[in-house]
Amino acid sequence: MRTLFYLLQKEFIQIFRNKTMLPIIFLVPLLQMLILVYAATFDVKKINLYIVDKDLSSTSRQMVSKLGGSPFFTITDCSFSLQEGEEAIMKDKTDMVIHIPRNFERNLMREEHNNVQLLVNAINSTKAELAFNYASMVIRNYNNHIITSWKGIPDFKPLNSVEIDDSYWFNPELNYKFYMAPGILAILVTIIGMFLSGMNLVREKEIGTIEQLNVTPIRKHQFIIGKLVPFLFIALFDLAFGLLIAKVTFSLPIVGSLGLLFSFAAIYLIGILGLGLLISTMCDTQQQVMFSGFFFMLIFVMLGGIFTPVESMPTWAQMLDRINPIYYFMRVMRMIVLKGSGFADLKNEFISLLVFGITMLSLAIRRYRKVA
Amino acid sequence: MSTKVIEVQNLVKRFGNFVANDHLNFDVYEGEIFGFLGANGAGKTTAIRILCGLSSPTSGHAMVAGFNVKNQPERVKKNIGYMSQKFSLYEDLTISENIRFYSGIYGISRADRIERERQLLRNLELEAERDKLISSLPLGWKQKLAFSIAIFHKPRIVFLDEPTGGVDPVTRRKFWELIYEAVHNGITVFVTTHYMDEAEYCDRVSIMTEGKIAALDTPAGLKQQFDTDTMDGVFLKIARPDK
Repeated sequence: MRTLFYLLQKEFIQIFRNKTMLPIIFLVPLLQMLILVYAATFDVKKINLYIVDKDLSSTSRQMVSKLGGSPFFTITDCSFSLQEGEEAIMKDKTDMVIHIPRNFERNLMREEHNNVQLLVNAINSTKAELAFNYASMVIRNYNNHIITSWKGIPDFKPLNSVEIDDSYWFNPELNYKFYMAPGILAILVTIIGMFLSGMNLVREKEIGTIEQLNVTPIRKHQFIIGKLVPFLFIALFDLAFGLLIAKVTFSLPIVGSLGLLFSFAAIYLIGILGLGLLISTMCDTQQQVMFSGFFFMLIFVMLGGIFTPVESMPTWAQMLDRINPIYYFMRVMRMIVLKGSGFADLKNEFISLLVFGITMLSLAIRRYRKVA
Repeated sequence: MSTKVIEVQNLVKRFGNFVANDHLNFDVYEGEIFGFLGANGAGKTTAIRILCGLSSPTSGHAMVAGFNVKNQPERVKKNIGYMSQKFSLYEDLTISENIRFYSGIYGISRADRIERERQLLRNLELEAERDKLISSLPLGWKQKLAFSIAIFHKPRIVFLDEPTGGVDPVTRRKFWELIYEAVHNGITVFVTTHYMDEAEYCDRVSIMTEGKIAALDTPAGLKQQFDTDTMDGVFLKIARPDK
């Protein structure tokens, strides 16, 4: 116990004496919260429209102005040639071409039926899908509007129509910042924890002080815990700091219990720090730690479901996520922060993270060799 | 007759096909300065690392301070001090913080530490530098400090692996005064070196070539045996026997 105290004392002195450490602790969460959360949004706001209106009737113009008036669309260009519109898509100058055929209005009045053609640039499939849905919605609404106005029956509605009234739970405004922030915070504490601890241990190898420690009667678990605890505190501090920034800048609602959130974070971080230390016991230089660390980080993060829902991944990927700690922690973060889930809802995640933590910590202790 | 603090019998260390230590046999007695000489790559550092419990022998038997290095390396470590070629104090801690850290690891009480620290600083005339970072000190001072901290917990034996590499003769001389003082306080010194003048300071000297101990005696005995006036001569005759 006393040995551990002296180890921790030494680590904290070194950490706070290191001039790059304070910027890392404060700037990294600040930048991640202010840049990544705002940048990594799925809100598609600026869809560029290319209008090919061959009809130029009052109906077609009204419809175009409806589209232009929507916050989602910007009309960037128009012409009378569908070919030019297709070229604009090829050159990636527009996201969607709306083709209104000649005699659109006339046919609509005569036959009560006509087609508008939507050509969507699907390089970014998410954006394409959203653009298509938005545009269809605007056109459908307009369609209903003209039907009712032409028939001269106020508030006409087809009898068999089903109205969909939506209400989004836990994030009523579908604010993507609320969805991204807990996920980005999960990644933040992972990076801070894994790299700081791993780099710190391997640095002692590089400068040779580890050999001096290895000739002392220090115990293996004391050494590893001495390396783990300081960075556990720093990562938890950064989690608190990041939540505070999110709360202040975009009023992230924190519905659940902070105590529960931090308890989960601590368990998760013991595993992540353990993994960082395990990697560094197998490496000789900071470069090697960086590369191996990034390898795990990338896989964990991409599979973890920050950008894409895990439920829509292929089954084998979902199986892989069973051993992905970020997947569990990302869920815990979102469920506690956005939904206010309690411990009973998170038992499965608790057990998984606990097993991960214990495994990584004991592997790191086992793998650390005092005798070569 | 004084007691044996190191006993080495048929010690072998192999790295793949390469035999770094080929059946070493020697004893070190309490209170002596035992010089461990040899050309670069002769296997000195390998042997010293085995004796300190940093490396496991392939075969053979080695006892240090009454404990077997193979089975009880952690017991060995309680009784030894070690100063490696690579400088091993924390550059970003002050002298006093380094002392506090290492004495904490060895379980020295606070009162003892304060008393010994005062003595150490007075001895090295570093009282004014107590709160300076190690990185700000010249190399010679660092080495003297590293040695003093290696014996801060009063081990029975201290292992020094080329402790005076890269410093001027005056500083080396002062360093050896510290070694004599440690011996005077009852610590056995096991030292590897390249400098033949330092070999003269040892009570007994062993000379290694290609993983084997080629000669082991007092400096005077070796000079007589090889019929030369200097340790340089002895070394050259052993390292290049055909000339």
